[in-house]
Amino acid sequence: MNRKRRHNAPRSAGSGAQEGSPNGYPARKAILEAVRRAKPPAVPLPSITGVRDPDSGDPVSRFMASVQAAAADVQIVGTGGVEAAVRERYPEAGSIAATVPAWSFDWMAAGADVQTMARLDVLVCPGELGVAENGAVWLGESAMGPRAAPFLTQHLVLVLDRSAIVADMHAAYDRLDVAREGYGVFVAGPSKTADIEQMLVIGAHGPRSLTVLLT
Amino acid sequence: MHDAAQNAAPVDHAGRAARFIADGEQTAWHDSVLWRIREKRDAVSEGVEGWERLRDLASQIKEHTLSKLDEYLIEFEKCATANGVQVHWAEDAEAHNRIVHDLLEARDVRRVVKSKSMLTEECGLNPYLEARGLEVVDTDLGERIVQLRGEPPSHLVAPAIHIRREEISVLFHEELGTPAGSSDPQFLAGAMRRDLRARFLSADAAITGVNFAVASTGGLVVVTNEGNADLGVHLAPVHIACMGIEKLIPKPEHLGVFLRLLSRSATGQPLSIYTSHFHRPAPGRELHIVLVDNGRTRHLAREDFRASLKCIRCGACLNTCPVYRRSGGHSYGATPSGPIGAILAPGRDMEKYATLPFASSLCGSCSDVCPVKIDIHAQLYRWRQVAAREGHISRGKRLGMHMAGWITRRPARYRLAGRLARSLLRYAPRRLLYGRWNVWGRARDIPEPPARSFGEWYAAEQGKK
Repeated sequence: MNRKRRHNAPRSAGSGAQEGSPNGYPARKAILEAVRRAKPPAVPLPSITGVRDPDSGDPVSRFMASVQAAAADVQIVGTGGVEAAVRERYPEAGSIAATVPAWSFDWMAAGADVQTMARLDVLVCPGELGVAENGAVWLGESAMGPRAAPFLTQHLVLVLDRSAIVADMHAAYDRLDVAREGYGVFVAGPSKTADIEQMLVIGAHGPRSLTVLLT
Repeated sequence: MHDAAQNAAPVDHAGRAARFIADGEQTAWHDSVLWRIREKRDAVSEGVEGWERLRDLASQIKEHTLSKLDEYLIEFEKCATANGVQVHWAEDAEAHNRIVHDLLEARDVRRVVKSKSMLTEECGLNPYLEARGLEVVDTDLGERIVQLRGEPPSHLVAPAIHIRREEISVLFHEELGTPAGSSDPQFLAGAMRRDLRARFLSADAAITGVNFAVASTGGLVVVTNEGNADLGVHLAPVHIACMGIEKLIPKPEHLGVFLRLLSRSATGQPLSIYTSHFHRPAPGRELHIVLVDNGRTRHLAREDFRASLKCIRCGACLNTCPVYRRSGGHSYGATPSGPIGAILAPGRDMEKYATLPFASSLCGSCSDVCPVKIDIHAQLYRWRQVAAREGHISRGKRLGMHMAGWITRRPARYRLAGRLARSLLRYAPRRLLYGRWNVWGRARDIPEPPARSFGEWYAAEQGKK
């Protein structure tokens, strides 16, 4: 098999729109024309009403209950209590890093190398937004160091301002600009799997635990 | 590979199901463990105010998107391209596989990690790449288990649900060197975690599926519980995301609707652990999207069946289906399996999948739980009619249907046939009644025939007045 690099090799018909005019590719044209022939008459787009969470209860306590239900830890620590809470929660941790210089941990820069990430015991990141109905925390690219860091670390700590908790996913998308950063993720618990006989295993490929600290 | 063109023999669902249920204990376990997922789905969805409204909205948003799919595809391509994402178009499985392979070959890729993708399963991507010398490692735990066993996934969400942990223990002993007899799920998953971590760190490219693509932002959303898609994508220099063209939704606000439904319907979780939004490649990296038709536009033209393109692959219809739970995913010979597979597969290849629409009691439970309100059981019924019309049903079934049609067309014939049947069932020897022709009676007793028909009873009651 020819394994030589050929970055500039011509694409097969049907391939990408990256070189030259995007309109020139037969597959694109054929698919779009087939869609036009096949599609049903226009159906109106509904507006998202009647599904908002009516619960006017305390979103912070609902959020905390949701986080716990996802087998993660959650505590209210206040702004000054993050370092102490992390060290108390992970007393054995050798390597603790944070993605912002707000706390007295090592700094996990966006350009950190894989070896640094892979050695990590605990990574501390500032979350941008929390969702009460499911305990999810939005983590934007700028808050996670390298994109792989929150997945390679053995344990993940997300620090969230209590005032940044919204009721449900509708409110979350109202608030977020998902395309502002190149990558963003809702994290709703520690990595898990139930692929062996549907028995829950915490720590599948990613973090073995998740702690959410509310300030 | 089971679904690729090379294996064109018709799928005998009943025969495959018979092999599955030969192990009664395993069947009972399979049935109950899937029903538990259904119960979890019920419990968590009952806690959501406006759940039915959410299902309506999801259905309408998908219908709207399909009705303007060409416009949304163009918008999506424009936004994604502006984001620095490279968009490719593939008319069929072969073109999809070729595009992916060309991209990998041009970058000298040898090792590929792949997260769950029903589309690449449908296209037979793994065998295509392996035949060309690439190493492809499925990284979802269940997918990896079935890959190591050389099997297709048997369930949309739980690919290895048909395998017991003792078998996984033997497999991991052979493949990963775990101690013989160790069957603790935590331990086995830990062994795979170590094995796959090394593979994530050394992969040259990552392939993922796509749960949703947002037209107005050119973004992709990928959902996992294990974090395997993210580990693959963020560590490899190249990310190739493969998606069917029906995965589009108009705007980010619509993600709120679908994500609230997806995980609750799939596993009973309010949200899966990782819901990742990809808009731009990381600096110095590449992000490619392959938009695949592979029969979807043909299906879109079918008024009776196009609603199945709304599917978000949650697997709720599998968990609730009394036939799926007792026949196993492999009995369908298609990916996806279950009720949704039984309405999608005949659209791709009726000759091969003609038995699948009959793998149903038509109880309608699938339609009741579907988060995007696909009329699954009604489509199963309609596919049966297409199968019969096109001559894809067995001679016995055809003969039986003809006879039933002939008898029920005339009331007098029907009454006579009823009288004959009642005396035959009473007096004929058991050997004759339960002969080879009586497929229904193989596992069941024919009920005791009544002395007279309802019609006769009713006439007599009227006469008394």
